[in-house]
Amino acid sequence: MTPLYLDANATEPLRPAAREAVLAALDLLGNPSSVHAAGRAARQMLEQARRRIAERFGTSPQEVVFTSGATEANALALHSLGRGRSLGRGRRILAGATEHPAILRAVPGIVTVPVLPDGQVDVAALAAALAEGPPALVCLMAANNETGVLHPLEEIAPLCRKHDALLHVDAVQVAGRLPLDLAALGADSLALSAHKLGGPKGAGALLLRRGLDLSALFTGGGQERGRRGGTEALPAIAGFAAAVAELDLAEGQKLAALRDAIEEGARAIVVGAGAPRLPNTSCLLLPGAPAETQVIALDLAGVQVSAGAACSSGKVTASPVLQAMGLGADAGCAIRVSLPWNAPPDAAQRFLTAYAEMRRRLGC
Amino acid sequence: MAAVNRPIYLDNHATTPLDPRVLAAMRPWWEENFANPHSVEHALGRAAEEAVETARRHVAALIGAEAREIIFTSGATEANNLAIKGAARFAAAQGDARRRIITVCTEHKCVLESVRDLQAEGFEPVFLPVEPDGMLEAETLRQALAEAPTLLVSVMAVNNEIGVVQDLPALAALAKEAGALFHTDAAQAAGRVPLDVGAVPIDLMSLSAHKIYGPKGVGALYVRRRPRVRLMPLLSGGGQERGLRSGTLPAPLLVGFGEAARIAAAEGLLDAGRIAAQRDRLLAALSAAVPGLRVNGAAEHRVAGNLNITFPGGVSAQTMLARLQDLCVSTGSACSSAEVEPSYVLRAIGLPEAEAAATLRIGIGRFTSPADVDRAASLLTDAWRHALSETQDAAE
Repeated sequence: MTPLYLDANATEPLRPAAREAVLAALDLLGNPSSVHAAGRAARQMLEQARRRIAERFGTSPQEVVFTSGATEANALALHSLGRGRSLGRGRRILAGATEHPAILRAVPGIVTVPVLPDGQVDVAALAAALAEGPPALVCLMAANNETGVLHPLEEIAPLCRKHDALLHVDAVQVAGRLPLDLAALGADSLALSAHKLGGPKGAGALLLRRGLDLSALFTGGGQERGRRGGTEALPAIAGFAAAVAELDLAEGQKLAALRDAIEEGARAIVVGAGAPRLPNTSCLLLPGAPAETQVIALDLAGVQVSAGAACSSGKVTASPVLQAMGLGADAGCAIRVSLPWNAPPDAAQRFLTAYAEMRRRLGC
Repeated sequence: MAAVNRPIYLDNHATTPLDPRVLAAMRPWWEENFANPHSVEHALGRAAEEAVETARRHVAALIGAEAREIIFTSGATEANNLAIKGAARFAAAQGDARRRIITVCTEHKCVLESVRDLQAEGFEPVFLPVEPDGMLEAETLRQALAEAPTLLVSVMAVNNEIGVVQDLPALAALAKEAGALFHTDAAQAAGRVPLDVGAVPIDLMSLSAHKIYGPKGVGALYVRRRPRVRLMPLLSGGGQERGLRSGTLPAPLLVGFGEAARIAAAEGLLDAGRIAAQRDRLLAALSAAVPGLRVNGAAEHRVAGNLNITFPGGVSAQTMLARLQDLCVSTGSACSSAEVEPSYVLRAIGLPEAEAAATLRIGIGRFTSPADVDRAASLLTDAWRHALSETQDAAE
């Protein structure tokens, strides 16, 4: 039996249209910065991708800066909007306590804002922090990668404006799963990742509010209007845009039904259950059952889930996200089930069979 | 013969066509396995991780490095930024008092700008001149190193416009003698000239996949382990690449990079011989038809595929290009090729503005055929004659 892949928040399966676009772009000769025929053809493909992404997420094409992925897009926003061109100068950076490590470790001196037990940022604490000092850059993810919990950005954006703060939103997990529009959101910048919405790895973007100045993190070459040097990763970018064109929010409703079935059948603690969440993500907690043990048992049964975020080490430790939500010792006992765009109709049933068997064996 | 509707591509410094074998190696990774190589908890993730590590070994082998000395990046621009800013900032954070960073005025823009960026952080950049043939004299570097304690020296292995090959063994040895780190941008050199970090004391080396018939979007930085070179990362976060470069690794692109490196290591010398023959064929045909043309840059210390040619008669290279719709060549670096400004590299080797404006860069590659260069010679000759007549019309 083919494995059941339920780790979409680590990476979404490549969409067929994205694969086609990647392969077509690989076949295209030319550096998009070259002025000859081959270069112009590459440029045309690049600009088409840029228009498509801008249109979909509510900004203009010239405000789309292509990057190698969301880590770079987040770092670019934090360095450029937060720190200014040289280190030690610029805005205070306030970030939610459950942000991705790419945010929390991007620059030194970031101040974290606590989250409530349901995982949403404590808006009162944020308001107090904003009122306390000079203008800040606020960094929040639209949806948490481990729990799927959504921050109340519709409350936070006006609050940031009121305090002359800039708002950077890591929108990686929400793009394609829920409506997302930079202008409607009232954010100043959005980070996106191609491979988290069914595109290829190796491309991402920082979307900017029109007119926002940005200096480069990688300098040289003058690409991306001087905001990101380096030859653009055309195949990955073309695949990114093709995946974006395929996004269908109706998929989310289908996934929400599967997720609800999983949560109902699992009879575990659902982390963040009280907050609005992504339609595809369940964080299931079994007190006393180490996440690593659960993940391995499920993997042996052909079900691929994860314990928290997929990052560098392969080590599984207690999730900082769940610790920030106050789960204490239980923070190491939760698995993340994240349904991909192409989850099969029997995904919930297959997962629940494996999950029940795992619980029986582990005696929990 | 070139395929129908496909122009002849002689701009292999800007980017190289994907080798079909590279595409074949990548294809299964586009079609079958999509897992995150960091998701080692499940089988698909482990397979992706293994493929990335195989690629890392191929890239390391191309330059005589160990696999764990290779840090994957989004390309050579990021690698150059990481090497220069990362080394300088790490040293400064450790309390190192040295501030001098030496580079060469003919470097790629991303090296020049990385060094300039550091000026704002209190570092002292030094941009060394080159000789009229484009070479950096060892003595020039020696003097700059003697003037003040130096943190880092960055010299590109092969110039992207005039193709000259710098004497890295001599230059790196001087830097080492002075206690400085030595970085080289080898984007244009890899697979074209032998590179061996085991034999030459290079601390940091930048590489690009799309300059060696691999895909755009990936590159690498070699970071020496013995003695260990320390950097401050540009991208922190997930802690990938031993903490030096966070971000999900694009496994399929890296598989392509690895295959491109494997082929380059196996066939680089063979390529160089064939490419040199095409270059000689092109130059002979052009020289016969265009009396007085001049090739810029040292003839001996030169990468096989490069011809940087100043056309005689006061012609405009832009006028020539306008007529060369079926031939892809350039006036200089792709990054700045939309600019009207003459190349700073040509200025640095002492070309007057009018001559720089009459200069084209030609880059012959692995897939350039004799028929391609014959056709290119005739197209270039035609374009030159046309441009010459325009110049004369204008004078009358």
